Amino acid sequence: MILKGRAWRFGDDVDTDAIIPARYLNTSDPAELARHVMEDADKDFPTKVQKGDIIAAGKNFGCGSSREHAPLSIKAAGIQAVIAKSFARIFYRNSFNIGLPIFESRDASDKIREGDVVEIDADTGIIRNLSRGEQYTAEMIPPFMQELIAAGGLIEWTKKKIH
Amino acid sequence: MTITEKILAAHSGKSEVSPGELINAKVDLILANDITAPIAMQEFKKTGAKDVFDRNRIAFIPDHFAPQKDIKAAEQCKMLREFSKEYHIGLYFEVGRMGIEHALLPEQGLVVPGDLIIGADSHTCTYGALGAFATGVGSTDVAAAMATGECWFKAPESMKFIYYGELNKWVGGKDLILHTIGDIGVDGALYRAMEFEGETIRTLPMYGRLTMCNMAIEAGGKNGIIVPDAVTEAYAKGRAKRPYTFYGSDADATYVEVREYDCSKIPLTVSCPHLPSNTKPAAELSQITIDQVVVGSCTNGRLEDLREAAQVIRGRKVNPNVRMIVIPATQQIYKEAMKEGLLEIFIDAEAVVSTPTCGPCLGGYMGILAKGERALATTNRNFVGRMGHPQSEVYLANPAVAAATAVLGRIGVPEEVATGE
Repeated sequence: MILKGRAWRFGDDVDTDAIIPARYLNTSDPAELARHVMEDADKDFPTKVQKGDIIAAGKNFGCGSSREHAPLSIKAAGIQAVIAKSFARIFYRNSFNIGLPIFESRDASDKIREGDVVEIDADTGIIRNLSRGEQYTAEMIPPFMQELIAAGGLIEWTKKKIH
Repeated sequence: MTITEKILAAHSGKSEVSPGELINAKVDLILANDITAPIAMQEFKKTGAKDVFDRNRIAFIPDHFAPQKDIKAAEQCKMLREFSKEYHIGLYFEVGRMGIEHALLPEQGLVVPGDLIIGADSHTCTYGALGAFATGVGSTDVAAAMATGECWFKAPESMKFIYYGELNKWVGGKDLILHTIGDIGVDGALYRAMEFEGETIRTLPMYGRLTMCNMAIEAGGKNGIIVPDAVTEAYAKGRAKRPYTFYGSDADATYVEVREYDCSKIPLTVSCPHLPSNTKPAAELSQITIDQVVVGSCTNGRLEDLREAAQVIRGRKVNPNVRMIVIPATQQIYKEAMKEGLLEIFIDAEAVVSTPTCGPCLGGYMGILAKGERALATTNRNFVGRMGHPQSEVYLANPAVAAATAVLGRIGVPEEVATGE
């Protein structure tokens, strides 16, 4: 699977309150959550972001709360993938469970700039920066996570297990 | 093996578990709240499971936006009530019977030593104070576990934190954990188990241990944990609703890192905006004026926390420039605080006392900050916009510092106000 899109830059330690502030958590409707995605990191982001875009961030992306609303709001806003130096663990779990592609790459995190057009080969973990003619490698996705992706997320995986 | 590895092994039918190993483990208790349970319930239905794995091992606690703060929050709480009726959930806590989840479940003896617990709330790691493996997960993890009674884990590496020396006056579990997070950073324990031990921990009361384990997530930790001892036994005895097991760490257990802290050198500590790791001694922040003080939350809303705050503020008044909000974490704590006269002390000091709720901690309601306002809170996070407007600020501290700050109208330490003995 190839994911190609325009990158938005964010820094280190982007927390779940910045991704989706708790004041909007009185709903779990993905479309409504998407209208406020990343609002406390960049208040204009929900209007600027376009379907197919990619987020490139620093270390510890998604730290803080366990709210699944965070990866849900990113996915519902049409963002295809998140690349970061590292992810907070609950955010990491949640992303695989709901089917938001995420990639850990120190190199990509350091070098991708806002507006760069990036192409990710989800199967090999090769990230190509088409704007700069650079190539980076993402950490391999652990086999169990690949199994989850192949099944279509944790719920589909669980369905197979119980039936 | 470490205590964390032993609990994971015992719950996955293995004699041994090593860091990095992927396991499917049986869970003893699953919990979710009014923010996270609605998605879990929706996803659970998608699994096609006919019933939940065990109706007495699932807890639903409307506490974040409850008592219901608006129509949408009420709709979410209604989902918890209706799902609980449909599946005869044994541990549903209605308003009036509830409390903040991580204060309520230990208090009611529903989480016990040796348990493996998952919760759709990041502060589920609190229960490590009892010698349990407890970790926060997402709603979908909870949905799958409600169907199967199991959850997948990557066994974490363990870090050991050793605390020795005598605590300074008014310094407690909150200061130790803030100091530790300040030392290692908000991802200093990413994916790892944080095991707290040492002579200072052995004498630390359960409420201080709960506060420490509660904030393990603020260092990126998978869980915080303390090997059970006499303090644990005294807490669990007569309270535990299920049989419990004490696990310990072997002398030859492997730790990726060991850090030691001389507690006599740890001052009253405050985390400054906008990360819990941004710590400074409280005494160095006396120029910071404060608009609101919050005493409460799953971190510091227990009876002993309220006692500490009351001891400082007794016979004093909240500064005219400050609003002080006190939130006992559970109905039982509320009642005890009332019987002990703590609530009267707060009301006489001109603070407000709220019914149990997470409310302001996550910027829900019951004390939201306006643009440019600044709060000092006994809560656990001070991210941008955490308690209200994106241009407001939150400082984190212990209850005694919070009470002193409320009196002074600026960040201060208890010694600066008469203790009103």
